[in-house]
Amino acid sequence: MGGLSLSINGKTRAIASDPDTPLLFVLRDELGLTGAKLGCGLQQCGACAVLVDGQAELSCMTPAHAFAGREILTVEAMAEHPVGRRVQAAFVDEAAAQCGYCTPGLVVAATALLSRTPSPDRAATVEALTPHLCRCGSHPRVLRAVARAAGAEGAAP
Amino acid sequence: MKDLPEHGSLVGDWLAMEGSRLVVATGKVDLGQRISTALRRIAAGELGLPLEAVEVRAPVTGTAPDEGITSGSNSIIQSGASLRAAAATARGALLELAADALAIAPGSVRLRDGLAVDPQSNRSVALADLWPDLPGDLVLDPSAPLHIPPAGITEAPPAPPSGMADMVRGAHRYVHDLRLEGMLHARVVRPPHDRARLIALDPDSVTRTEAEGLRIVQDGSFIAVAGTPEWQVIRATRRLASTADWDTGDGLPEGDPVAMLDTLTRITLSVRDGLPVRETPATPLDAPDVTVTMHRPYQMHAALGPSAALAVWDGALLDITCHSQGIYPLRKTMAEALGMAETAIRIAHMPGSGCYGHNGADDAAFDAALVALAIKDRPVLLKWTREEEHAFEPYFPATTVTVSARLEKGRIAAWSAEATGDTHRGRPRPGAHKAGPKRLLASRFREDALAPYIGEPNMNREGGLHRNLEPPYAVGPRRLVKNLVPSMPLRTSALRTLGATLNVVAAEQAMDLLAESAGADPLAFRRAHLDDPDHARVVAALGEAWTAPMVAPEAGAEAVVGRGVGYARYKNAAARVGAVADVSVSAEGEIAVSRLFMAADAGRVVDPDGLRAQLEGGALQALSWLLIEEVRWDRDGILTRDWDSYPVLRFDQVPEIAIKLIDRPDTPSLGAGEAACGPVAAAIAGAVRAAVGFLPSRMPFTPEVMRDTAMAL
Repeated sequence: MGGLSLSINGKTRAIASDPDTPLLFVLRDELGLTGAKLGCGLQQCGACAVLVDGQAELSCMTPAHAFAGREILTVEAMAEHPVGRRVQAAFVDEAAAQCGYCTPGLVVAATALLSRTPSPDRAATVEALTPHLCRCGSHPRVLRAVARAAGAEGAAP
Repeated sequence: MKDLPEHGSLVGDWLAMEGSRLVVATGKVDLGQRISTALRRIAAGELGLPLEAVEVRAPVTGTAPDEGITSGSNSIIQSGASLRAAAATARGALLELAADALAIAPGSVRLRDGLAVDPQSNRSVALADLWPDLPGDLVLDPSAPLHIPPAGITEAPPAPPSGMADMVRGAHRYVHDLRLEGMLHARVVRPPHDRARLIALDPDSVTRTEAEGLRIVQDGSFIAVAGTPEWQVIRATRRLASTADWDTGDGLPEGDPVAMLDTLTRITLSVRDGLPVRETPATPLDAPDVTVTMHRPYQMHAALGPSAALAVWDGALLDITCHSQGIYPLRKTMAEALGMAETAIRIAHMPGSGCYGHNGADDAAFDAALVALAIKDRPVLLKWTREEEHAFEPYFPATTVTVSARLEKGRIAAWSAEATGDTHRGRPRPGAHKAGPKRLLASRFREDALAPYIGEPNMNREGGLHRNLEPPYAVGPRRLVKNLVPSMPLRTSALRTLGATLNVVAAEQAMDLLAESAGADPLAFRRAHLDDPDHARVVAALGEAWTAPMVAPEAGAEAVVGRGVGYARYKNAAARVGAVADVSVSAEGEIAVSRLFMAADAGRVVDPDGLRAQLEGGALQALSWLLIEEVRWDRDGILTRDWDSYPVLRFDQVPEIAIKLIDRPDTPSLGAGEAACGPVAAAIAGAVRAAVGFLPSRMPFTPEVMRDTAMAL
C-alpha cells in the first residue's frame, strides 16, 4: 500500500486501498461516494461513469492508480458543476428516471457531452449515451432531458 | 376494492400524521414504477394536502399492511384503492371534527393546503391539529364517499416523482449503498451451474483467504466469503470459485427449447373465461384458414444492478433489508427454511434497481441471511455479481403459442389458442411440501438440500401461461388450452406480464392474417370484431397514427418499411392499450423501430406523467424482448453471462414514442406497467411482416432469425 493520492471532487484524497483496486470500489467502499453504481464491473453498462479531466470514464475496472494526477469528479459533485447542475435540473424536469440506478452514470455522460458539444443533435446525444444501459425504458425522457439542458445553455446558473 | 390486507383494516394502519406531514404506510414496494408518487397523489387529493406534505414509507414486516407481492400491475388497484378508502374515511371524520371546531356544518368545511377552512369567514384549523382527535380504532370504510379531484388529465398538477431529485445527485439510497458500523461485505462462491455440487474447496485458496482475514461460510455447496474491504472479498471469491473442485454431474440438459416443449411430459388443461379447468380440450380446429406459431425463448429480467441484501443476526432477531417484491411471503418462507419463528425475522424493503418481476432479489436475501447467521452481530451486505445475476436469476420460461382460426363470410367463426411452457410461479411463496423454501436458490446447495420446485398449473384467472390467452374479439367458439411442461432445464419465474405478451403477439398476428384473408384493413377488421365500446374507443384512437404517411427509408438505404397494429386489455380486466409501430428492415435483416404510438385507457388517471412513463417502459422492454434477448446455455452452464452475450435495448435502438391517454374519471384506476408490452410487441411483429412479407416463428427477431426464416420460405 503506498502513498496513492487522488484528486476527487476538488480535494486531494490519500487513498488507503490497494492501488490496484478499481476506482469504483475506492469511491464507494473507502470514500463512501456511493453515487456511482456497479452494474456489471465489465465496462459494458455505464452505471459507474465518472468525469475524469472532463471526459466520462468508466470506473469499474481501471485500477485507482491509473487516475493519479487526474481530476476526478463524481456525480456527487455535479451540483457544483455549471453544466452538471443544468443536466440534473433537466433530468428532474423531464422525470427522466424510473428506478434511477442508471441515472448517475447518465448525468455524468450528459455533462461530459454538453461540456464539449453545447448543442448536440439527437444523433450525437444517442451516440454519447449508447454505452449506457437503462433497463426501465426511460430513454426517451433522458434524450429530452439532454435536449432541455442544452437549450438552457446560457440560462442563469 | 379487493379485500383489505392483514394489518390494513384501520385508517391508522395506512395513515399517520407526524408533525404536519402525512405518512402513508403501504405493503407495496416502489420498484421505480412510481407507485409511491401515485399513492402520495391519492392521499393528498382526498385530504386537500399539498403533495410535499405527504410521504410514503417503505414497507417493513410487522408494521406495513400485508399486501402480498408487488406484481401484476396490481398496486394501484389494491393499495391505491385501499389507501383512497382510508383517506376518504379519515376525511369524513376530519370534516366532523373541523365542523365542531369551527362551529359550522360538516358539509360547509373545505379542506385545502393542509387546513380545514370555513369559506364564509376564512377561519381555519390545521388538519395536523385535528388528527390526534381521530379515534385510534377508526375502521376503514370501503364505501366512504370519495373526493376525487374533478381534474382529469390536463388539470392534474405535474410533480417530480418521489426520489427524483436524489437520483440525479447520486443520493438516492439503494440496498447496495448501505454502510453500517462493523459491516462486512459478502459474495457467494458460485458453481458453474445450479446442478453442480461442491466436492472440495482448494485448501491453498482457503488458507490464503483466511490469512487475509476473510471468513468463509459454508453450508453444503453454499459457500460465501465475508470481510472487508469489498474488493478483497471479490478477489478471494473469484479465486475460490475457480480453484474449487465441482461435481458437475450430467450438466444442464442441452437442446432446442422448442423441441423440448414439444416432447417433454406436459400437463394439459382447458381454459374457459380465463380460468383453467381440468378437462380434456376439444380437438384442434379442422382446416383453419390461418395458423400462427410463435416461440419465445428463455429471457431474463436483467436488472441493471445485480441483486443485494443486508442481514444481521443478534441471536434473537434476523434483521434483513432487501429489494424483494414480497416481504411477507419471503419472511414466511425464510422462517420455514431456517426453522425459525416468523417473529424472529424482520424484513424491510429498500430499493434495488428495477426488477420487472422475480429476479435474484429474494435469493440474495436468503444468501445474506445464511451468512449473517454464521457471523453473529455483524451486518452482512451481500451482493450478487453481474455474472451471477445473468446466470442464476430465475428466467422467463421458454414458451410456444399457437393460434389458429377460421373465417366465414369475412368474420371469425372459430378460434383456437394453445400455450405451452414451464412455470411462472418461481416466487418463494409458502406452500405444501416446502414449496416456498424449494424456490430459494440456496436451498438446493445447502447441506440439507431440497430438490428444486416442480411447477404446478396456475389455476387462477388469467394466471401464468394463460394470461390473455383469451382474445378480446368476438371470435365464435373458442378452444383455449394451456400445457405446463414442468421439467424444462432452467429455473423460471415471473417476468413482467407472464404469458400475456406472447399470447397477445400470436393472437394479433393471427388477426392480421385473418384480415388479409378477408380482404379487410387490419384496424377495421379488429374494430369489426370488438363489441365492447370500451375496447372500440381505444382502437379507434389509433386511427390517425394508422393512416399517417409512413416515413420512407433514407435515400440509398436498402431497407423496406412496414406498419403494424396491436391491441389488448391486460388480463382481459385491466388497462387497455392499442399500439401502432413503424419499422424498417435492412437487407441484412436488421430491424429498426422508428415510431411507436400508443393509446391507453387505464381508468381514472392518478399521475399522468407516471402513467406515460410506465407505458414507455413497458413498450421499450417489449421491443427488447421481441428483437434482441435470448438466454443460451450448454452442458457446462449458462452462456449468456454479461451484457455482450445477453444484450438489451440501447439508446441507438429507441424509437420516437407518442402516447394518447384516454382518461376515465368515472372508472377505477388501473396499473399500466405491463399493459403496453403485448400490444407493442404485436404491433412491431406485424410491422415486420408488413415490411418483409413473412413472420419469423421465433423470438427474438435477430438478423440471423430473419435470414433463416427468409431462406426457409
